[in-house]
Amino acid sequence: MSDKPLAPAIDGWHTMAEKPHLIGSQCTHCDTYFFPPQDQYCRNPGCDSTDFREVELSRTGHIWSYTNACYKPPAPFVAADPFEPYAIAGVQLEKEQMVVLGQVVKGVSVEDLKVGMPMELVLETLHETEEDIKVTWKWRPLAANANNESGA
Amino acid sequence: MANEIAIIGAGMHPWGKWGHNFVQYGVAAAREALADAGVPWRDIRFVSGGATVRCGYPGYVAGATFAQALGWQGAEVNTSYAACASGSQALAAARNKILAGECEVALVVGADTTPKGFLAPAGGYRPEDPDWVRFYLGITNPTYFALYARRRMDLYGDTLEDFAAVKVKNSRIGAKNPRARYRKCFTAEDVAASAMVADPLRLMDICATSDGGAALIVCSLDYARRIGKGDAPRVAAISTVTPTFASGVVEMPDIATDSAAAAGVEALSYRSSIPLKAYEEAGIDPGDVSLAEVYDLSTALELDWIEDLQLAPRGEAAALLRSGDTALGGRIPVNVSGGLACFGEAVPAQAIAQVCELTWQLRGEAGDRQVRGAKVGITANQGLFGHGSSVIVKK
Repeated sequence: MSDKPLAPAIDGWHTMAEKPHLIGSQCTHCDTYFFPPQDQYCRNPGCDSTDFREVELSRTGHIWSYTNACYKPPAPFVAADPFEPYAIAGVQLEKEQMVVLGQVVKGVSVEDLKVGMPMELVLETLHETEEDIKVTWKWRPLAANANNESGA
Repeated sequence: MANEIAIIGAGMHPWGKWGHNFVQYGVAAAREALADAGVPWRDIRFVSGGATVRCGYPGYVAGATFAQALGWQGAEVNTSYAACASGSQALAAARNKILAGECEVALVVGADTTPKGFLAPAGGYRPEDPDWVRFYLGITNPTYFALYARRRMDLYGDTLEDFAAVKVKNSRIGAKNPRARYRKCFTAEDVAASAMVADPLRLMDICATSDGGAALIVCSLDYARRIGKGDAPRVAAISTVTPTFASGVVEMPDIATDSAAAAGVEALSYRSSIPLKAYEEAGIDPGDVSLAEVYDLSTALELDWIEDLQLAPRGEAAALLRSGDTALGGRIPVNVSGGLACFGEAVPAQAIAQVCELTWQLRGEAGDRQVRGAKVGITANQGLFGHGSSVIVKK
């Protein structure tokens, strides 16, 4: 393991806590959530608010759909050499009624996933730079971590 | 109908990976369309180009670039960029000009030279650009196609064999199209043996990017009658609607959907809303459609489009495919050009190429690919950032 400090790959889109949350925004007028966060204009066509609060989004949800990346994406993606395929999931957040895409953690393949499966948000390395390790949000099957926690 | 225009000329430069400047393809397509129409270039009073963003400034002002290449003759120009719907927006601009009485006959043209492999975003650190964000996080175009394909498998019971059957169907007919890039008849075994790209989609389930050019000569109905082409196919509708908030489907290039927590989920998905406006505008029922050219970015997506066009009830497109109804000779042939499966995508030309195919089909000039008795054709496509289009052409 590198001893470089951890840094978010994209600033301000998730907390760095052990149980991280995505940071979204919520319109103070119509209560619509946004991720990525935005605080300039509400995109609900029935609302012209410019006033938002920062909110932590639900860190668990259920798989809407899933796939994987068997080929190395182009830049700005920074790929490991050799390239390691990874799974990708779109996870439905119930309270926010939105689907958020993300990679699935290393070691979990499409064979391990099912539509409707409960998932939780974690942080994992996206790539390293000279100065730090860039981490981003990834999805992990809830059951894989938690023994009995998934039923709770 | 008051809002119709005639299509009196169609032309294409064959799709491929030729490596030439895009202008060359556009000029070849335009000249073929002009010759087909029998209209001298100097008579064209409006040149409407589909822009390409990959060929520098000449691509951003493609309408003018093509007009200059064909020889400046004082026509007005327009350039439209709307991702995969660029060609339809260029056609819409020409239609508006003609229906406003400002021009009688116009050229609509699009062409592209595309790079190898994945289409990639502009560089830098640009988290405000969703297209940059998703590539940085490792999410490419096939990711989205695969998420939709997996939904079909989960919701409707579609199988990998169904997806492969779309490729087999399209390659069989595309092999007869001299303008197509891929003209080999592939088998289900070929598809299954191709490399996995984004599970469940393999290389042969996903369309390539190609070089190509397509052009149309369109005019007022009065002009068409005056030159003896009063029975030419007509553009009966062009839909270029945007999505409606809140969309529950994650759309390229977004990393997340709208939140429906406050507004509720819009009942119609974006894809299904695109042809709806076209049907309404043309006063045509899905049951009247003779053939459809749809954007098969993936094999599975062709099945989605068939349902979005209301040619089959939701979830039943695979059954239509299995019964042979979407093949040539079937009840509602889909992608008798060979589709993107055989062409590969040349973005600003593709929506125009779809209309070229309908034009030839409705004239009865499609040869081995002819849909017998074709009277009404519809196109459909969708691209990035809320761009999509559907065009209805009728006899």
